[in-house]
Amino acid sequence: MSRLFACLLAILSFASLAQAKETLTIYTYESFVSEWGPGTKIKESFEKTCDCTIEWVSLGDGVAALNRIKLEGANTKADIVLGLDTSLAAEAAATGFFGKHGVDLSLAKTPMPWTDEIFMPFDYAHFAVIYDTEKIKVPPRSLDELVNGDASQKIVLEDPRSSTPGLGFLLWMKAVYKDKAADAWKKLQPRILTFTPGWSEAYGLFTKGEVPMVLSYTTSPAYHVVAENTSRYQAAPFNEGHYLQIEVAGLIEKSPRKLLAQKFLSFMMTPAFQDFIPSNNWMLPAGTTATPLASAFSDVIKPAKTFLFSPEDVYKNRRAWIDEWLNTLVK
Amino acid sequence: MAQYARKIKIPKLPIVIALGFILVAVTSGFLPLFWLSLRAGFGGLDAYLPRVISFTLKQAFLSTVLSLLFALPVALAFARRQFPARNMLLKLFSIPLALPAIVAVLGIIGIYGNNGFLHGLISVYGLPGILLAHVFFNMPMAVRLMLTQLEAVPPESFRLGAQLGFTDSQVFRFIEWPQIASSLSGIASLIFLLCAASFAVVLILGGGPQATTLEVAIYQSLRMDFDPARAALLALAQFSICTLLVLIAGRFAQSIAVFPRALGEIRRYHGKSLAARVADALAIFIGCMLILPPILQVILTGITKIQLDHSLLRAIITSLTIGFASASLGLILGWVLAQYTARSRSAVLRSAIRVASLAALIMPPAVLATGWFITLTNFTDVSRLAAVMVIMLNGLMALPFIWPAIYPALVESMQRHDRLCGSLGLKGWDRLRLVDLPVLRKPIGLAFLMGMIVSLGDLSAITLFGSEHLVTLPALIMRQMGHYRMDAAAGTAVVLSVFCFVLISLAQSWSNSRDHA
Repeated sequence: MSRLFACLLAILSFASLAQAKETLTIYTYESFVSEWGPGTKIKESFEKTCDCTIEWVSLGDGVAALNRIKLEGANTKADIVLGLDTSLAAEAAATGFFGKHGVDLSLAKTPMPWTDEIFMPFDYAHFAVIYDTEKIKVPPRSLDELVNGDASQKIVLEDPRSSTPGLGFLLWMKAVYKDKAADAWKKLQPRILTFTPGWSEAYGLFTKGEVPMVLSYTTSPAYHVVAENTSRYQAAPFNEGHYLQIEVAGLIEKSPRKLLAQKFLSFMMTPAFQDFIPSNNWMLPAGTTATPLASAFSDVIKPAKTFLFSPEDVYKNRRAWIDEWLNTLVK
Repeated sequence: MAQYARKIKIPKLPIVIALGFILVAVTSGFLPLFWLSLRAGFGGLDAYLPRVISFTLKQAFLSTVLSLLFALPVALAFARRQFPARNMLLKLFSIPLALPAIVAVLGIIGIYGNNGFLHGLISVYGLPGILLAHVFFNMPMAVRLMLTQLEAVPPESFRLGAQLGFTDSQVFRFIEWPQIASSLSGIASLIFLLCAASFAVVLILGGGPQATTLEVAIYQSLRMDFDPARAALLALAQFSICTLLVLIAGRFAQSIAVFPRALGEIRRYHGKSLAARVADALAIFIGCMLILPPILQVILTGITKIQLDHSLLRAIITSLTIGFASASLGLILGWVLAQYTARSRSAVLRSAIRVASLAALIMPPAVLATGWFITLTNFTDVSRLAAVMVIMLNGLMALPFIWPAIYPALVESMQRHDRLCGSLGLKGWDRLRLVDLPVLRKPIGLAFLMGMIVSLGDLSAITLFGSEHLVTLPALIMRQMGHYRMDAAAGTAVVLSVFCFVLISLAQSWSNSRDHA
């Protein structure tokens, strides 16, 4: 058993290895820095450009990263938070801990012109209903067809109270149906197999064959093409348009390494960062890449119309909209 | 109990340290949030809350009753019968406790879901599905705990019963039932609290927001809404309700009647009739049909997909290390608390200790973790203490499982040996080494194992404190799933199940090898 304790000590001391160079601490979500995420490669790539070290601190997801900043307040050791999305941006900005990034806004290659001076985008994807072509021959062509369609063909959604894609779909419904959203939810209800706590559980049910449709991203089919060489799972283009998720990063105003943080945010828009995004984070790059995207990604559907509430609108209304959803479905 | 307490002086220091540890852990978790809630003026109570509370209580109550109803005949049958696959089945029964909710749910869906071979037998999405999953998780645990009780029946009881010509139902009424009843309220409280705190199962199988437990509401207010004040209020509601229920259940706890016993094999003289055999076989069959198919489904799905790579090996080592440390912490706390409770004459103190042993189930881990973070962040860099935090939280979470495994056995051993030890002047370390450990090796082994399995299967502490340097097997499963690697995740779930199985085998052989020492 002494070996076990030795391992424990090793784990404990892992984090406390001495660092001599300037260290840029970046809070991010866990899957960004896991063995399959882009984190490690981006760290190597950035450290070549500076005499510094990146220390990733991974938290469950973007929400957890923001909550950590709120808890730590002025004591935070973060220099950058990477992995919030546009639904969280206003709430994050309202904490007052984030400063202006100072990066040229025109470097952002997002579906709509970028105007945010506090957060810079690093990747994006539209939400989409992914369907199993072996089970569904004629997929819904619009959100309305999904809402009014055959209730025996189910969809699994994520719970907007605990999941970002879940909140994304709720915003999508709100953007399309506005004050009729509650009615639309009521009509959609018989088609919903269940709401899962997060994306992973929903996607797990979907690939297990339990349910032929799932709410995910337009980029999801690219994974199956690249990693599994199958085009069985497809995204259904909806003619009303798709709701957009943009992932962003911002720097901490009081950070003693603000210059280095700014340098990182500029670096984030370059190929040395962006090239690792598509096939490691399975999202579309929001900056410049060295080469055109692989065919799996250029095949990703490009919605005719993009929905995106302003971060302020989401911040102001989220609670009320979730309550509306809750009261509609519980009745 | 009281007459023994006078003879043995109980050292105060260990209990003060153990209770102090739990008290500090809970208050440093809760008070920072409660303080925020006071400043915010107790807002945020709405119509949502009563609905959530009533659903929480309803599903937890039904889950508990069903788990116990299924567990009782299975445990009795296992205790009466020896058959070739018995040990194997009992080991398999320990696996559900270690499975992350999503893995178990995928297993259950593979059987009862839209493509399962028992499709249509039960509607998986909604209350029936939640109950099915909760029985899957808790019934096997109840069986194991009840079985430990039944195996502690002195052989003389059965001999005496046979001499008096007891019928099977009299054996049950006068021998088996009193033995089980002594720990029933503890087992029931444990299952109830586990189901009340159920989160992922309720969401995935609940089918929609009509199935919302307090735990979901707490999670929502701590995360999406970041409203620690509301979370504190919800936690307070959960704490009050659960404490009340535990105290009520405690009133039904029966003291254990002990007969002086000669050492020897348990021989059963009853249950020889054909009807009794058929009934027992049927009970075991039904029990197995509830538990085994989803486990088999998990194993068969993943067995060919295990990706033996660096991250898997690291996760195995991390899981075992944390599991060992947490189980040790839990066992030490449990031992000290149980020793004291068994001898204490103060009913108030006994109830307090009972509640303390359940602290991590009564106070949601997410609340504890957030509070600890607020408390510690002013003094130190909490992320460097991640492993310590996970072990502390897992140790506290293991305590409720450790308790029912050791407490009844400890009481019994105490009643049997206290006089002798008193007259021989045997106490402290010597008594532990010469009397308690040899006599209690089975319950201690089971308790340690339960603690280890709880920690092996834990996803909440590791999600709250884990980092890229600290990834356990369940955390690895979630990571793999989060990266579309559903196959690899299925493989990792098999590895987790296998480790659980191996650990149980080790613990059993340890218990048995010293049976006649």
